[in-house]
Amino acid sequence: MAQNPQDPNSIIGQLSRNKGAAALIAAVVGVVLLLFAWAGGWFGGRLGPGKIADALQVHDGLHEGFRRAHTKGYCFTGHFDGNGQGTRLSVANVFAQGESRVIGRFSTGGGMPDSPDGRLVFRAIALSITAPNGEVWRTAMDSTAVFPVATPKAFMAFLEATSPVADGKPDPAKVGPYMAAHPETVAFINYLKEQPLASSFVNTRYYSINAFRFVGGDGQTRFVRWSLDPTATPEWMDKGNLEKMPRDFLFDDLIKRAAAGPLTWDMSIQLAAPGDKTDDATVQWPEDRESVKVGRLTIDHLITEDEGPCRDINFDPLALPTGIKGSDDPLLAARSAVYSSSFRRRAAEGPHPSFATEHKP
Amino acid sequence: MTERFWLPARILHWLMAVLVIAMLFIGAGMVSTVSRTHEWLFAIHKPLGFTIFVLVIIRLIVRLVHKPPPLPADMPAWMRHAATLSHWLLYALMFFLPLLGWSTLSAAGYPIQLAPHVHLPPIAPHNLALYTFLRDAHGFGAYLLFFTYLAHLGAALFHHLVRKDGVLASMLFGKNPAG
Repeated sequence: MAQNPQDPNSIIGQLSRNKGAAALIAAVVGVVLLLFAWAGGWFGGRLGPGKIADALQVHDGLHEGFRRAHTKGYCFTGHFDGNGQGTRLSVANVFAQGESRVIGRFSTGGGMPDSPDGRLVFRAIALSITAPNGEVWRTAMDSTAVFPVATPKAFMAFLEATSPVADGKPDPAKVGPYMAAHPETVAFINYLKEQPLASSFVNTRYYSINAFRFVGGDGQTRFVRWSLDPTATPEWMDKGNLEKMPRDFLFDDLIKRAAAGPLTWDMSIQLAAPGDKTDDATVQWPEDRESVKVGRLTIDHLITEDEGPCRDINFDPLALPTGIKGSDDPLLAARSAVYSSSFRRRAAEGPHPSFATEHKP
Repeated sequence: MTERFWLPARILHWLMAVLVIAMLFIGAGMVSTVSRTHEWLFAIHKPLGFTIFVLVIIRLIVRLVHKPPPLPADMPAWMRHAATLSHWLLYALMFFLPLLGWSTLSAAGYPIQLAPHVHLPPIAPHNLALYTFLRDAHGFGAYLLFFTYLAHLGAALFHHLVRKDGVLASMLFGKNPAG
């Protein structure tokens, strides 16, 4: 290679005779490199999905192969039957009269794969609905109508403030200032205290938490939230008794009830009124807002995560069909980005046996 | 007068330059943030990647049916080899990165929506071990493309500012300055 600087034809030789040109080339290439580094978040302290995934791992420990949140779960399959009422609100094929296939997952809150079901008083259901036209709608819903924080930054602060320290408990010196700065989290804790707690996954109501937009056949866009309303008889449980419950009581109950027959929920679409907040998941819309029943979810079969089809699905809340769009709620993009980060990590780690290997239906 | 690239090749070069550089920045940016930027960058990333894939196929056909102008005769042999190698590396990356992206989404089991009602079918089985490999390859390939592009940019400026050999001009439009 003619890299000898003594050689007048070498790059170095030519550049040293053209210092101005050499500086210009270095500057142009350097600026592009710097811009790329900035775009990639290599500097500037941008909040990236990896930082939140890291914070989740600190909060509840690293459990390889599992989701970083809603870690303990169980798969199911079933169907969603649109009743046609939703077609006015959204052109999504899932709302036309007909049957869509469903793969889903029940989970408890938190990031531990075998935590006691009574540890946290909220639960979740996630659905991947494939409409007859093949379009997929994924939604991860919680048993709470609201979320403890409104922004990804606040969620990060929440995780940092409530992570366990040396004695395994959060540091009051961190929790205090956090709560003082985040009245919305205090309001969420009070909401959890006031809400009655359903006795089972099966008689729990689940909420979309975030607002979304429906695009109707008339071209009109409407802000909505959705919920799954159980058809099972409501029964409530004593929250003071949770610590005495067997570790897997919720899942054992689920398995027992599913064995007795299909489990069903009605899906309702709640429409925002002018002035309702669409970018803040800590604020509930009033219960008397117009609500439309659009179909029924039926769960036919339970399957453990180890053998079921839900483990390898990322229930990205922005995996939406034509006719449904995200809203201006900043949590949606954050959920999508962090779920992807969690998904990539657990995929690389490979599957690990779930608690449910001993709890088959 | 410097012989120029065939006009379709020049048009494709500059059109794809804009799209590919935009794509690299979008890709780097969308995985770096949890803000709403993530959402719209990812929404652009997929249809843009597909567009680049279609364009690179046309471009490869153009490249094969129409020989590019020869490199300056006084270029050292190693520089010619580097030029040839880096150009085929650029073509290969522009062709394989969209395919890797598409198969990454397939192996992850994601629905692949490009626009309302416009979907791509999966081109790989839903398998997380495969997804891990493809996702890593997609990211690695993208960085390789970015650094190859930086070398390409530096080399083009070197030809123009230092060697003044008309190589950059052969890819330009308008009056031929070397004429």
